[in-house]
Amino acid sequence: MQINTNHQIDPISAAQQKTEKSLSPTQLAMRRFIKNKLAISGVIILGFIVFIAVFADVLATHEPTAYDMYNIESKVSSENWLGTDSSGRDNFSRLVHGSRISLTIGFFAMLFTVVIGVILGSLSGYYGGKIDSLIMRITDLMLILPFLLLVLTIIAILEKISILIFITIIALTTWPNLTRIIRATFLSLREKEFILGAKSVGASDIRIIFKHFLPNAVGPIIVNATLMMATMIIIESALSFIGFGIPQPTPTWGNMITEATNLRMLENNWEAWLPPGLAILFTVLSINFIGDGLRDAFDPKSN
Amino acid sequence: MQKYIIRRILQFIPMLFLITVVVFGLAKAAPGDVLTGEMLDPNIPPEVYEIRREALGLNDPIYVQYWTWLASVSKADFGMSMQYSGRTVIELIQARIMNTLYLSLFALAITLAISIPIGIYSATKKYSLFDYGATTFAFLGLATPNFFAGLLAIYVFAFWLGWFPAQGTTTAIGLSGFELFLDKLRHLVLPGFTLGLASTAAYMRYMRTEILEVKGSDFIRTARAKGLSNQSVLYKHTLRNSLIPIITLLGLEFGTLLSGAIITERVFNYPGLGTLFINSITNRDYPVIMAINLILAITILIGNLLADIFYAVVDPRIRYD
Repeated sequence: MQINTNHQIDPISAAQQKTEKSLSPTQLAMRRFIKNKLAISGVIILGFIVFIAVFADVLATHEPTAYDMYNIESKVSSENWLGTDSSGRDNFSRLVHGSRISLTIGFFAMLFTVVIGVILGSLSGYYGGKIDSLIMRITDLMLILPFLLLVLTIIAILEKISILIFITIIALTTWPNLTRIIRATFLSLREKEFILGAKSVGASDIRIIFKHFLPNAVGPIIVNATLMMATMIIIESALSFIGFGIPQPTPTWGNMITEATNLRMLENNWEAWLPPGLAILFTVLSINFIGDGLRDAFDPKSN
Repeated sequence: MQKYIIRRILQFIPMLFLITVVVFGLAKAAPGDVLTGEMLDPNIPPEVYEIRREALGLNDPIYVQYWTWLASVSKADFGMSMQYSGRTVIELIQARIMNTLYLSLFALAITLAISIPIGIYSATKKYSLFDYGATTFAFLGLATPNFFAGLLAIYVFAFWLGWFPAQGTTTAIGLSGFELFLDKLRHLVLPGFTLGLASTAAYMRYMRTEILEVKGSDFIRTARAKGLSNQSVLYKHTLRNSLIPIITLLGLEFGTLLSGAIITERVFNYPGLGTLFINSITNRDYPVIMAINLILAITILIGNLLADIFYAVVDPRIRYD
């Protein structure tokens, strides 16, 4: 605002101020992001879910894995706020603790995938030639293989699944899309003069990749990483639902919904499957809002 | 263009080869081998299997094994199932593949029938109440996990309203002809909508964006300048050009639907490839797992090839070097 009023009075000093105070592209993007109501509501919902995940121990009324065979499939009561499941575990406590697992897996699976995607995409886009065609052929192959089948097949071969192995499997099967995006960004930057400039002053490959390419690719990376986290949460819940995700009795939202594969539970005990389903829905929705908001913020032309 | 199509077909072959290598690699990484399925009889001493193993070439070098495997797979011989003893893998698949195909085609039909008209209408009435409604639906559709949508559908439409059956492919035995067809169709409704939900939401958005993009292009302005009616501009000029990328996506969509069918079939207890696949994963029936992997991967590969060729044929603006 102040710049604007100055501009009317004294254009020269305004221009100077502008050069001094000019915002970086990331700062500009953040400004646009804050103005996006949908994205901010996404931040608020996600913030609430993160809050629940952090304080799960305090909020939970029961031990999430403690079963009570004398109190199974109970309905809503003052003791069990959302009833109990078929093993007599408290649904409310499992829901609260489930947020922790879902968010953790979503976040770390995304992070791992981004690391693989950035490394392979950078190598491919920066060096081109044989490295590029090798990485791109593997990418093509990975995209042809039916994702869910591949993940389930690997799970069947490994037989024993822990959270760490689970995250690794997901990351090793979802990197191709991000790799392609990063490669495309690098290719568009490769012919730019500042890259030639950096090369001619003798900057090393590593320096050029980290100091010149990646900062320019940060927009697409952040946007896709955000949207990917939502996908990861859906994948985890889907695999847990069909019984090949995080093993029981660990409380995850997908594990909780497994109760509904029993039609009697589905019909009579909405307490068991509806809340975790809605929890997934709201988490994914809020992350998607944030992701779309970031996309519009980083690339205003896209809207 | 012909050159491009030929080159594209030539690229198909190494890809096909790589897929077989990956599936063979996974099969080798899995514990057990072809004979494990038959090794249930405790009266047969293990030495017999050792001799048979030698005879089947399971002790050969890996590349020889690959070729033998490829030769039998190319004759649709995937060996014996391990969970259903005495049954070949191909029998099991044949019994279920049509169900999955019906489900996927039904979902695809729903997707197109809903998403394209709504996408068009949203784009022509941009920022109207209808457009916001469609956008909200799209957001929800993309954020709802497939299995949760299926459970909600069963709860509301099967248990609460009682309109559609919740499980399986048919209710009564003894139905025939048209009645059987209708009964099967009724069983397809809920799983079909569930499977098609995410793609319906996605295609609605694509269609809207695509129409808005084409609407802004020069040749549409020319068409309007010629004095053509709004109807004619929309249906003849805009729509035709907007549909090209959508139809291309269909080639890729089929793979998504087939993998998505795994989860949907599980929710509705629908006897297709997906339920067979999950049962096979549970029972570690590796021959079946590998066969389904291979069949779906090849289907997706062919879908991609057709999509690329279609794109080259339909859109002459695109030049391939």
